[in-house]
Amino acid sequence: MNEIAVQTQNLTRRFGKFTAVDRLTITVSRGEIFGFLGANGAGKTTAIRMLCGLLLPSEGEATVAGFDVYKSSEAIKKNIGYMSQRFSLYDDLTISENIDFFGGVYGLSPALIEERKEALIEQVGLGDFRKRLTRDLPLGFKQRLALGSAMLHDPPIIFLDEPTSGVDPRARREFWSIINELAAAGKTVFVTTHFMDEAEYCHRVSIMRAGKLIALDSPGKLKESYGRNNMQDVFVALVNDEDPRPEEQL
Amino acid sequence: MHHLIVDNVAKTYGETRALKGVSLAVEKGELFGLIGPDGAGKTTLLRSICTLLVPDSGSITVAGLDISRDVPAIRAILGYMPQRFSLYQDLSVAQNLRFFADLFQVPKHERPERLARLYHFSRLEPFKSRLAGNLSGGMKQKLALSCALIHTPEILVLDEPTFGVDPVSRQEFWEILHQIRAGGTTIVVSTAYMDEADQCDRIALFFEGEIAAMGSPAAVKGAFPYRVYRLSGTALQDLKTFLEGQPEVRGIQLFGDALHVSFSEKPSPETWREWARRGGFPGLRWEEISPSIEDVFLAHMAGETA
Ligand SMILES: Nc1ncnc2c1ncn2[C@@H]1O[C@H](COP(=O)(O)OP(=O)(O)OP(=O)(O)O)[C@@H](O)[C@H]1O
Ligand SMILES: [Mg+2]
Repeated sequence: MNEIAVQTQNLTRRFGKFTAVDRLTITVSRGEIFGFLGANGAGKTTAIRMLCGLLLPSEGEATVAGFDVYKSSEAIKKNIGYMSQRFSLYDDLTISENIDFFGGVYGLSPALIEERKEALIEQVGLGDFRKRLTRDLPLGFKQRLALGSAMLHDPPIIFLDEPTSGVDPRARREFWSIINELAAAGKTVFVTTHFMDEAEYCHRVSIMRAGKLIALDSPGKLKESYGRNNMQDVFVALVNDEDPRPEEQL
Repeated sequence: MHHLIVDNVAKTYGETRALKGVSLAVEKGELFGLIGPDGAGKTTLLRSICTLLVPDSGSITVAGLDISRDVPAIRAILGYMPQRFSLYQDLSVAQNLRFFADLFQVPKHERPERLARLYHFSRLEPFKSRLAGNLSGGMKQKLALSCALIHTPEILVLDEPTFGVDPVSRQEFWEILHQIRAGGTTIVVSTAYMDEADQCDRIALFFEGEIAAMGSPAAVKGAFPYRVYRLSGTALQDLKTFLEGQPEVRGIQLFGDALHVSFSEKPSPETWREWARRGGFPGLRWEEISPSIEDVFLAHMAGETA
């Protein structure tokens, strides 16, 4: 695979007069844990949806796993896993049925689905729960199941949109150790979070504000350049109050 | 005076014992936090307090009213924001707020001030006319919170109100809660953010349907039996592996760019230097810190304080 996993050039998305993502230019390498931070409404989910081939850009360029987001959205979907902001599991299916469903979506053969299902149930520690409805699972399990389901087809790149929101401190740490293992195995992880301690676990962190990229560096360098001791303070300093866009464009 | 009394409440769903005999009492005007992992029983308790669910045993009274007998009277004085609150997706931000202000019969003359305060926290004013369905996840959550806070009930129950809310807005949200509390409202709130526990007057740590610790945040932290050190300045994963092999260590947790390590007794400076030398961590920095709620929580979950 290409050493560049994700590349964008002036990637832009407008909704009517409103610009949700404004000329985003980034390059993410293979095996990188790339943190995508920003205040609510900064444009993170919109950018991720464009990169996953789910939303067409208004302007600009982007390639994911070497495929163009305008022309090859189907090829992109085969090469990425996407865990959406409110985990994309079906609450009224059992664990086992959810995995079958996702395996089907990714076009895996029934035999391969069975094999990966067992591995996934094992890995997430869901053995006793397999026949239970997904809605009855604690959130920490749900979140690991959602990650596993998004990766059934073993994609090289994964987009995680707030995978740890609402999750307790222990489950968050367990989830991050999975992310680290994935990156160590060469997967590229693109992740958003509102927990600033998690920003420290990323190789590089980008911060968006009102649709624009306003900072991009390693957590260490960001703390140094902004003269702060932790990412929380860097974030608060950068994401200040007012939306700078003129009112008629909102 | 106790405004809310929960006495030995138990609830079982199938084989799951969601609450195993929980008791607590909240004073009038107190800001009380329920802290615990998902599935620990917080939502079950909050829904019971709001008369939406009947426990199998035990009793709950709100302002002296019984949740199984006085449902309408309790609902009249209680405001509840459930975990996944749905707004009217096809109404705008402003229309949603007006709808809830009407529903809760907020007097017209009080509205401008309340709206100003809520818009300041949510930063949604520029997006007033946008449909709720077109907001980002966190913006939706902030609108839902604003709708819940548009009136001031006697007792306010919030289930994970800051889910997906960014750090800046979370701070402002807690300022609003403090203002509401200062007005005499009793607030019961659940959260997965440990830093929010410190904002409460008292907290209960929930694990598996039981309360493992309860008191002011200072008291809960003060009862932590170990000395905690913050370690930094070196490769944390290697340091963790090394310290796991040291018998003095009671627990190790990753906290962003540092490790928190707990000990029954304070290691001497010689011990620290010896560890740095033996483990090959020349840049190691260590300082004793007072334990945070997150330290206490993680230790409970790891069974270190059992
Ligand atoms: N279909 C749409 N029509 C109009 N505006 C939209 C639409 N979808 C998104 N937006 C707007 O685009 C902006 C960016 O939203 P996005 O969901 O990307 O934010 P985010 O950074 O993911 O925020 P959060 O942290 O809250 O998840 C917001 O102002 C949102 O209201
Ligand atoms: Mg989002």
